[in-house]
Amino acid sequence: MRLKHLALGLAVVTAAPAAAATAQAADGLYVPLFTYRTGPYAGSGIPVSNGLADYLNMLNARDGGIGGVPIIVDECETGYDTKKGVECYDSVKGKNPVIINPFSTGITLQLIPKAAVDKVPILSMAYGLSASADGNLFPWIFNPPDTYWDGAAAFIRHAADVEGGFDKLKGKTIGLVHLDAPYGREPIPLLQALAKDYGFTLKLYPVPGAQMQNQTALWLDVRRDRPDWIYLQGWGAMNPTAIKEAAKIGFPMNRLVGVWWSGSDDDARPAGAAAKGYSSLDINAVGSNFPAIQDIIKYVVDKGKSQVASKDKVGENFYDRGVMMAVLSAEAIRTAQKLTGKKQVTGEDVRRGLESLNITAAGWKALGLEGFAGPIHLSCADHNGHDAVALVQWDGTKWEKQPGMIEPIKDKVLPLIQSAAEDYVKANAGWPKRTEACDKSS
Amino acid sequence: MLYREVGQYKTSYAADMAIFPILQDRIGLAAILLIAFVVIPLVGHDFLLNTVMIPFLIFTLAAIGLNLLTGYTGLLSLGTGGFMGVGAYACLKLTTIFPHVNIVIWVLASGLFSAAVGVLFGLPSLRIKGFYLAVATLAAQFFLEWCFIRIPWLYNYSVSGAIEVPLRTLMGIPVTGPTATSLTRYLIVLSIVVVMTWVASNLVHGRIGRTWMAVRDMDLAAELVGIRLLRAKLLAFAVSSFYCGVAGAMMVFLWYGGAEAEVFAIDQSFLVLFMVIIGGLGTLTGSFFGAALIYILPIVLREIPAALGLPVHPSTVEQLTFVIVGVLIIVFLALEPNGLARLWQIGKQKLRVWPFPY
Amino acid sequence: MDILYKIFIDPFVQMGTAPDLLVQTLWDGLVAGVLYALIALGFVLIFKASGVFNFAQGIMVVFAALTLVGLHEHGVPAFVALGLTVLVMLVLAVGVERLMLRPLVNQSSIILFMATFGLTYFLIGAGQIVFGGSPKVMIASDLFLPSGAIEFKGLGGFVSLQKIDIAAVIIASVMVGVLAVFFQRTRIGRALRAVADSHQAALSVGISLEQIWVIVWFAAGVVAIATGILWGARSEVSFALQIIALKALPVLVLGGLTSIPGAIVGGLIIGIGEKLGEFYWGPLLGGGIENWLAYVIALGVLVFRPQGLFGEKIIERI
Repeated sequence: MRLKHLALGLAVVTAAPAAAATAQAADGLYVPLFTYRTGPYAGSGIPVSNGLADYLNMLNARDGGIGGVPIIVDECETGYDTKKGVECYDSVKGKNPVIINPFSTGITLQLIPKAAVDKVPILSMAYGLSASADGNLFPWIFNPPDTYWDGAAAFIRHAADVEGGFDKLKGKTIGLVHLDAPYGREPIPLLQALAKDYGFTLKLYPVPGAQMQNQTALWLDVRRDRPDWIYLQGWGAMNPTAIKEAAKIGFPMNRLVGVWWSGSDDDARPAGAAAKGYSSLDINAVGSNFPAIQDIIKYVVDKGKSQVASKDKVGENFYDRGVMMAVLSAEAIRTAQKLTGKKQVTGEDVRRGLESLNITAAGWKALGLEGFAGPIHLSCADHNGHDAVALVQWDGTKWEKQPGMIEPIKDKVLPLIQSAAEDYVKANAGWPKRTEACDKSS
Repeated sequence: MLYREVGQYKTSYAADMAIFPILQDRIGLAAILLIAFVVIPLVGHDFLLNTVMIPFLIFTLAAIGLNLLTGYTGLLSLGTGGFMGVGAYACLKLTTIFPHVNIVIWVLASGLFSAAVGVLFGLPSLRIKGFYLAVATLAAQFFLEWCFIRIPWLYNYSVSGAIEVPLRTLMGIPVTGPTATSLTRYLIVLSIVVVMTWVASNLVHGRIGRTWMAVRDMDLAAELVGIRLLRAKLLAFAVSSFYCGVAGAMMVFLWYGGAEAEVFAIDQSFLVLFMVIIGGLGTLTGSFFGAALIYILPIVLREIPAALGLPVHPSTVEQLTFVIVGVLIIVFLALEPNGLARLWQIGKQKLRVWPFPY
Repeated sequence: MDILYKIFIDPFVQMGTAPDLLVQTLWDGLVAGVLYALIALGFVLIFKASGVFNFAQGIMVVFAALTLVGLHEHGVPAFVALGLTVLVMLVLAVGVERLMLRPLVNQSSIILFMATFGLTYFLIGAGQIVFGGSPKVMIASDLFLPSGAIEFKGLGGFVSLQKIDIAAVIIASVMVGVLAVFFQRTRIGRALRAVADSHQAALSVGISLEQIWVIVWFAAGVVAIATGILWGARSEVSFALQIIALKALPVLVLGGLTSIPGAIVGGLIIGIGEKLGEFYWGPLLGGGIENWLAYVIALGVLVFRPQGLFGEKIIERI
């Protein structure tokens, strides 16, 4: 009896991926998307997942894929759970994925060592391991356009600009309200280094995951310490609670700045008018007023092929974030096709494509996304770009882009990335040396 | 007719007290071991090994650990995730400090650290009972979770705050780290789980196990017949945490290859508890069944729509999986509150009298 | 010496020099405590009457709040939606009794505990299928819940009381009061207490167990609605809200699993204790300690009183 059950179970488990594998025997670019629309962090996950999938489906409907080869879009639900993410990875890696978007820092950390072995490029757009920006040590990992350290540095530059110069930061107090997890703790080393250089005091306010919606005591601490600025590195339900609590203690909203993952419409909306003036760093434009996004509405949303709840969710900040992830993936594939002359590219080709990725302002315009994001230029050594970031401000009902872009403080960030990458490799004895050649164009 | 002990005579006490006194059981066990050690490695591909078998075995070990505490000694614990974490972090520290010692030894040794932590948090169990104790063990869970995030020494001061598993070899073959094949890892996990299950089986059938069961059935009465309660309970905490610690170390070193503290959050504790209860409290086979049902069932459920070619969105599948697992838990409990292991017993009984109804 | 100063002297100096912050901390602790007590009350009701440690209370809170907001999104007026939500909770209570409790009658408490996990999974999945996973904004103003704050100057600074917090304290107190009266004075309340004492004895004097179970699960559902509205208004309505329910566990064991006054006193002790601890001693450890502090407080009390502060004394017989 036990044998029979075991055999039955094995049969189902072994047969299922095999059946799925035969289903995609036809030509196509297999792009698995690790998304999440369930679980406690679904609030941040849903809009990004929608934008990501919808853009790729739009390319299929409008252009018949990339370079005439259809994209096989395969979503795998992770629920922001590392365990399920690894399961997703194991189930897709046999199907020759050309690029993987893990969409979770935790899952990315798992995949970093595996990517080089399985020859799959990982695109962790503006999340994941900051140190993986170093292309010489992490040839398979890409995290454009900015690391969390760039974000924190850009915030400091913004604070300095408002205060009237970096020398004015001396003696100021800057607080970091962060999720008490690796993601939230990421900016700490950079802010500590900058605090030393510019003479401001750094105060840390950690929010444990289980306390996400219960932050009263922490904001009392803020009230006692009276920081001049606060940088918010939160995720999911932590963001709206933090913004509400900040309003409650009367913290000046224009001195509260969030990282780009704290800038969802759902983050600011519960606080409504009280959040007016709250700003968030941003790496993409907001709104649906772009030809490409209109095409998404025309080819995907209106045809009922999208998961969005209503059409007005298209063009929200996080939806556009997902679109940007999709654009980078698609353009990397397109670049790979140009480089190799093949239509049906592999993961190895797309890795080269990512290293040669170059989307200029004109390039964005050609994509029907003029001014959607800054120019993206990656190279063999630099897998990130450390580009200037935008600032968006909540006007009570929606995000308004602020004029100008903020450059991260590159001369402070880059050495730190270098040393962190070396530390990572040192800690991982036997880390493979880069053997992949660099392309001329990268 | 197929399964009966008639005619199998024992000529010594040792043979009579063997764990598998019946020939058919021994054949069955041998067949299972043969499948696990030979057939699965031959036919298994990466998905089967890495996503199904390795986690299944690791969760089984954790479930056995919790079963020793909750099922055999009657102490309800919700700190399993934390104790698993102690094992994982201890293993990382040990292999960082002594990189040349065989990693398998460190995986096993890391259990000792979680045993020590388990004893510490087990101390209140002498006074606190039932659900009160469960909540007390939650203190351990949350405190340990906080430590994993807040003590940078534990994760070697890595900037990301996550632990990364270094490459370690055994006789020249990579065992941990990205280049280790899933087959190598599977065989090591399987060997450890088989050996530790065998040890656990001996423990619970011996004097110690009987002491634990006496404590579970009524600790006051057990004390009156001369069992030292504190020692028995702390021993249960120690052994249980040892098993959980080894499971946690294996989870990070032989399955994930890297982890954040979040892996050892409260959800993990609940998951292992489900396995123990659904499998059957106080049975070792139940731990295997429970881990299989709770861990493998959702994977199979998720694959069904794709295999049938149904156009259901993965997020809907996930939600339906929740609904189905929830309903199945209730149905299983209603049908057989003593767990899957009890169903297995009934099955054996049916085989014994087959083809007659009784 | 320095560390001793920081632990034993500095916090009290701070309390003296900035009394406004002390008062504010106490107030916030009080509010948190009342809200914890409300969740804990849901647990206690069910535990008393059916011996079930109901892990699903947290997801019931989410489910109730989502139903309310979801109905309102579909154009149902706020108070009608509230009424319908109460009805949904009644249906849920009947369903739980029929489909879950009845087949599991007379099982050990750990099995019933496990069954409520099954219920949790079911509600998570069903809730997401029906309402989607996106967070929603609580319709506080449509329910005439106030917003804004009252500020008192003085004490060397200011103390700000959120109107929604004041409303929360009032609503929670009224709710607790009504439930206490209901349990102590009415016929059904007496039947409930009889069931809590002994199922068999209650059955033998003609009390219907099924009916009582439906009533307590329904009462817990109504408590869940109130909790959902109040917590939802403080942040947002999403599935993350169920984590909050874990905070009720230390409150429960501190007060005693079977005692309504225990839930209230426990809630206040945990609420005020963890806020004071986090505010004055948390920075020494880098902050973020209130999560385990609550459990450690509970553990400390349990070592001296294993049945909680107000629990029935555990009498063991051979």
